[in-house]
Amino acid sequence: MVELRPGARFQSTVCATEVIVVKGTGTAELSCGGAPMVPAGSAERAGEPSADASGGTLLGKRYGDGDETVEVLCTKAGEGSLALAGVALAVKVTKPLPASD
Amino acid sequence: MNLMMLLEMAATALGDRVAVGSSDAAVTCSDLMGRAAGLAGRLRASGAERLVLCDEPGAVLPVALFGAAWAGAAYVPVNYRLPDDDLRALAERAAPALAVTDDAGARRLAGVEGLEVVERDTLLEDPSGGAEAAGPGDWPSDPDAAAVLLYTSGTSGPPKAAVLRHRHLVSYVFGTVEFASAGPGEAHIMAVPPYHVASVAAQLSQVYSGRRIVPLARFDPDAWIDEVRDEGVTHAMLVPTMLARIVDALDRRGETLETVRFVSYGGGKSHRAVVERALEVFPAAGFSHAYGLTETSSTVCVMGPDDHRRCAASDDPVERARLSSAGRPLPGVEVSVRSADGVEAQTGSAGEIWVRGEQVAGEYAEGGSQLDEDGWFCTRDSGHLDEDGYLWVHGRNDDIIIRGGENMSPGEIEDALLTHPAVADAAAFGVPSREWGEEVAVCVVTRTPAPSADDLRELVRARLRSSRVPARVEFVDELPYNDTGKLLRRELRGRYASDPVPRR
Repeated sequence: MVELRPGARFQSTVCATEVIVVKGTGTAELSCGGAPMVPAGSAERAGEPSADASGGTLLGKRYGDGDETVEVLCTKAGEGSLALAGVALAVKVTKPLPASD
Repeated sequence: MNLMMLLEMAATALGDRVAVGSSDAAVTCSDLMGRAAGLAGRLRASGAERLVLCDEPGAVLPVALFGAAWAGAAYVPVNYRLPDDDLRALAERAAPALAVTDDAGARRLAGVEGLEVVERDTLLEDPSGGAEAAGPGDWPSDPDAAAVLLYTSGTSGPPKAAVLRHRHLVSYVFGTVEFASAGPGEAHIMAVPPYHVASVAAQLSQVYSGRRIVPLARFDPDAWIDEVRDEGVTHAMLVPTMLARIVDALDRRGETLETVRFVSYGGGKSHRAVVERALEVFPAAGFSHAYGLTETSSTVCVMGPDDHRRCAASDDPVERARLSSAGRPLPGVEVSVRSADGVEAQTGSAGEIWVRGEQVAGEYAEGGSQLDEDGWFCTRDSGHLDEDGYLWVHGRNDDIIIRGGENMSPGEIEDALLTHPAVADAAAFGVPSREWGEEVAVCVVTRTPAPSADDLRELVRARLRSSRVPARVEFVDELPYNDTGKLLRRELRGRYASDPVPRR
């Protein structure tokens, strides 16, 4: 379990994936490649993503849960795929923002 | 969290994409990464805690911004137009620091204690200066470290340094920009001065979205238009005075600019007549009007291209008037309008504008955090929210005219005056009045055939109401602006305060 808050950064322990929380607070079971994610920089990579969680992450994409309570952004891509409490997170199709600069 | 995350992502996915430069002198995202590493090594070796940037817009800006972030030093862009003594005083406050400047700046900054000076061209060629470059990914990760110090423009009082921490700026970019969303041919012309928050925001946003930055060293409307044509510029950000001058120049040249697909303007009051004209001379562009402050990491509200098109085409006067609004809050930003005693104002009622969000810094080096216990920041701007959540900014609180207990927005009076075809520019402000506390005074710049003072009074009476009618009308050659394009109503107030207002 990790503590979510906007700006918090987490890494996978089984691939190169890193994410930053854009939206969401509270305790959550965030995983990548089938293994729990840990605060960025706190662990070495050990092992491989499990077969059922190896879809991979895409750099710069936003991932969210179905009820839009949590959104993370991928800052480093890897081979594992993301899940929240065992449910896979999907790439969010964002409506284009009105660029302001 | 560090600004370097943004560049690292861009260099990973878009390494060969040009980050900054004209087509014949380009720095790719990978080059930028390499130069930032070199500069970071140099900063670490020298023990500099800040990087003072005293220069015009140029390719060195993102090298300096990201190199400082990599080293854990704050990026401090200062106004190169400051008198020598003021410039040196700011540099002294930043020491121990490395200053990046041109040859004239190097002479002006020579001998400041704790300040090492390097010329921009030398730095671009050899960023590390013989020091060992920083290692892959070894930037500090403390989200609370100061990333940028910006001296606020000071339309009131002496300049204060607003502190923007890494987390504020990174949140701003993650909240407002889609990664690698720019097409390979897109280019953004960067003409705002480096010490404006819009310059910092533009650098981060363009690099993260993968859009080439075309810096324009010295703003001049004709040079800007030529650069847009030569470089095939697709995106632009302008302060309102720049936009007004470009629109005038295009009118004079009888030209329109077709390559530009997106124009963002903000950082001061923009006049509706200019915006309406701009829609015509940039026929292919979507327009965004951004409202934000240095202390809020730039934009907090935006009136986007869809809003512009809809409002400009509408027959409904309410919708059409919205061209003068600041639009709606960005996702992740909350806006609240409150009375002086802190009570939330009703829809449509004026009050102080407060904002809250991850990007809202609200902190000064001298005075600490100005956020209240719930994280809200008071902008000291006055405004109101309308029934659809659009924010209307009336002006600085200090600029509000209070006549006989009635609060009046100078912008509203100026907008009314500017509907006259022979009024080129207008400023409204309060002057002391024994009878009313304050009276409305206006300064106008006119074209021939110039209207009379009574013509203008009649215009305000017809469009607004009699209490708004200026007691004093002054015809002037030009209005005072600071060099980031903000109208200095305070200066006009001072100029006419001691003169009694003639009775109407």
